[in-house]
Amino acid sequence: MITVNNYLLLSAILFTIGTFGVLMRKNAIVIFMCIEVMLNAVNLSFIALSRHVGNMDGQIFVFFVMTVAAAEAAVGLALMIAFFRNSESIEVDDFNMLKW
Amino acid sequence: MQASLFYITAIVAIVSALFVIKCRNPVNSALNLVTVFICLAVYYVMLESPFMAAIQILVYAGAIVVLIIFVLMLLNLGMAVKKRYTHALAGSGSVAALLLLVAYSFLGKGQATGTGGEITSKVISEVGHTELIGRTLFIDFLLPFEIAAILLLIAIVGAVVLSKRNV
Repeated sequence: MITVNNYLLLSAILFTIGTFGVLMRKNAIVIFMCIEVMLNAVNLSFIALSRHVGNMDGQIFVFFVMTVAAAEAAVGLALMIAFFRNSESIEVDDFNMLKW
Repeated sequence: MQASLFYITAIVAIVSALFVIKCRNPVNSALNLVTVFICLAVYYVMLESPFMAAIQILVYAGAIVVLIIFVLMLLNLGMAVKKRYTHALAGSGSVAALLLLVAYSFLGKGQATGTGGEITSKVISEVGHTELIGRTLFIDFLLPFEIAAILLLIAIVGAVVLSKRNV
């Protein structure tokens, strides 16, 4: 029998894997992909709990999370292109022009 | 039957997420990300939210991953260099393990209050999930919907301005 706890545990595992990727990788676009894994883990948690509680609010929140993720993807990738045009590399170690 | 589908999809999703963080070629990471999105769409269908499953495939797998692969092909990066990442591995691994421990300790501890709301399986199969989302979105959440529209406009204009060569 699949209860809501199974979905929440899977959401926690996916979120942890995404966090591991964000902290470990150096390519900025792969870091962005790991952030998308984290966002999707939270979406799964929202929809599972919305189904469990019997409300539509969780699913509307997921709708808006998807909207914001799409907007963030567009702006973030345009930013990566601007960085690459400037310094010919996309590793986060090279984005240190604002350091003292 | 539903339990076996859940566990098979869970294994595919977790293995694909591990490949997303592991692959040296970023295009391989993007392809495994599509697999994760499709597994989550399967879960949304199992949770009686078919509209959300369709929107997940359309927006995430169909638009965001296509944009990512487009940018990867445009930048033409090549494979990551195989360096020794031991410090990053130890640090991020300990943070991730701690996070999983904290999350696991919260599971099964309390009961969700406010259960027994009005959207039951019977209501979803009668009225239809799309109509329920439409009703909630355009009646209760109209202001956030309009703000999201303005946000998308800002994102479009921002993306165009950021990628121009001479502003």
